[in-house]
Amino acid sequence: MTDDPLLSVQDLRTWFHTDEGLLKAVDGVSFDLKRGETLGLVGESGSGKSVTNLSILNLVPPPGRIAGGRVLFHGQDLLGMPGGAIRAIRGDRIAMIFQDPMTSLNPFLRISTQMMEPLMLHQGLGRRLAKARAIEMLQLAGIPGAERRIEQYPHQFSGGMRQRVMIAMALSCNPEILIADEPTSALDVTIQAQILDLIKDLTQRLGTAVILITHSLGVVAGICDTLCVMYAGRIVERGPTGEVFESPRHPYTQGLIRSVPRLDRKNQFVSCIPEGDTEKGPERLASIPGQPPNVIDLPECCPFHPRCGQAMDLCRRRYPPATEPGEGRLVQCWLYPEEAGHER
Amino acid sequence: MSADPLLLEVKGLKMHFPVSRGFGRAPGWIYAVDGIDFHLRKGETLGLVGESGCGKSTTARAVAQLHRPTAGQVLLKGQDLTRLEGTPLIAARRAMQMVFQDPYASLDPRMTAGDIIAEPLRIYNTRGITHVSRQDLSLRVDELMERVGLSRRFKNRYPHQFSGGQRQRIGIARALALRPELVLCDEPVSALDVSIQAQILNLFKDLQAEFGLAYLFIAHDLAIIEYISTRVAVMYLGTIAELSDAADLYCNPLHPYTQALLSAAPIPDPKVEASRQRIILTGDVPSPDRVRAGCPFYDRCWKRMDHCRERTPRLREAGPGHQVACFLYHDPD
Repeated sequence: MTDDPLLSVQDLRTWFHTDEGLLKAVDGVSFDLKRGETLGLVGESGSGKSVTNLSILNLVPPPGRIAGGRVLFHGQDLLGMPGGAIRAIRGDRIAMIFQDPMTSLNPFLRISTQMMEPLMLHQGLGRRLAKARAIEMLQLAGIPGAERRIEQYPHQFSGGMRQRVMIAMALSCNPEILIADEPTSALDVTIQAQILDLIKDLTQRLGTAVILITHSLGVVAGICDTLCVMYAGRIVERGPTGEVFESPRHPYTQGLIRSVPRLDRKNQFVSCIPEGDTEKGPERLASIPGQPPNVIDLPECCPFHPRCGQAMDLCRRRYPPATEPGEGRLVQCWLYPEEAGHER
Repeated sequence: MSADPLLLEVKGLKMHFPVSRGFGRAPGWIYAVDGIDFHLRKGETLGLVGESGCGKSTTARAVAQLHRPTAGQVLLKGQDLTRLEGTPLIAARRAMQMVFQDPYASLDPRMTAGDIIAEPLRIYNTRGITHVSRQDLSLRVDELMERVGLSRRFKNRYPHQFSGGQRQRIGIARALALRPELVLCDEPVSALDVSIQAQILNLFKDLQAEFGLAYLFIAHDLAIIEYISTRVAVMYLGTIAELSDAADLYCNPLHPYTQALLSAAPIPDPKVEASRQRIILTGDVPSPDRVRAGCPFYDRCWKRMDHCRERTPRLREAGPGHQVACFLYHDPD
């Protein structure tokens, strides 16, 4: 706990100026990432999780604009850096992998060309060394026949294999942080398990910190140390993964955890259930009513209140302050104002 | 149970697609569905689960005659749909409707919600199969919208004015317009957000209880299949690997592939995740572009035996209401 965080995102605001109004995709997001930590960002589509990560590397596409906040990496603000300086960090010290491995690989170039480029650019390796390193990374990522496969094109790889190539490429420069945006959402269950194992195994071995963006609570539960739940551009709850699952504080987190059908009641690979216990789960899933909000011109109140079963008058008037119900935990909800002791 | 007549019976269904490369004869075939049998009774849900490319969607489309099957029979209330064409086919198919995966692509952007929901009835009117008056049609649309949880005030709105979950409700209302007995649901919740998924799954359950609907429910998520299904068929490479009562399948999976799927499914609970054992399969699903000798799962199976390479296991009874296609449970004949 004594060492400084590797990456510190402070009050990040990324706004999009659209024809329909001001869209606050990210509106005051703060979190710290420690060395070797795996942090999960969970939320529904439009909650701002992907924009948060694009903002970290200053890659927000127009009409988006970073309206405020700081992203400190080793104490340096990435947002204020000139283009050349941040380009030296992207892909080298902070690497990214995306959801769809087909669209993030160039279909016209051999894998070798694409994998050697960052190594030659960032690490200053010559062609021979770069290729040897690329092959080594592919082998590490579990691609059989890497020497032969490296000369092939992306379309010759299956979806799972392409994601392995992406992971190998992202980790080839030995980055300090890996940002993985929905890395397994396009993959099948059995392949998803392979890829998550690979990310976990490789980043542990190399000591890489990971920011994992996903909509799947199951994925987070398996791999993340810390969990941030996002709703309408803000982090509504944060904490160690185990604690958040055990005692979720925010009504949205509670609803989210309850609304996912679970397999483990009867799954012999998960827990030991007494013989003959075929107790059926709840007949109906507890669902969160209503729709996710439209974040354009959102009023200054709790954006979850129309869907919240515990909404109070206060929730309709003001945005709740951040409170800390425990070590390393944070929740933004009017249900817990006393525990804060202070208002932000 | 067995006294009920079968609502749907599928026998030896095969769906092969020619691979075309320009002109001339097809150089090969994709064996998308390669000989499957199942049946559905009134009011029950058969879950169809498997990885992408295993043939689950093709099965639903071949059952609905959207693809005409290469071989096999599809008996809906005793009538073989594969032998019918034109208006007789459409009339016979009335009892079976479909809900699609993508709530964006499956609704015509230039039609209002009301028109989309009324369209099936209009088509049946034009074909002379139904005779629903204008007023009745309008009333029926109102009633359907309310039933799926949409306000009738939204009748004149266009699909882009609805969210994903609301669009899926429009798709469901459209499927219910002809008062079907069987609804084919092709991944109806996989494009939706987690909190909306639960709403739609609950809606499916409520509608089933109210109208006595049977579902053929396709999903790749095992937890969703478990929640909604009475029986489950696990598909692999165009064939059914295991078919069983839902409870029995999840408690006591027999096929090595089902075991691997169950062990790989992520569970939203860190304590469980930390303590569980996983069977990690090596390799990818092979391409269904050739006929294979032996078990389709042979390449990835960790319990394979010598004779699995040459002989193809058939779906056989392994216990009451539990069928499996694997030589671990019956001898090669």
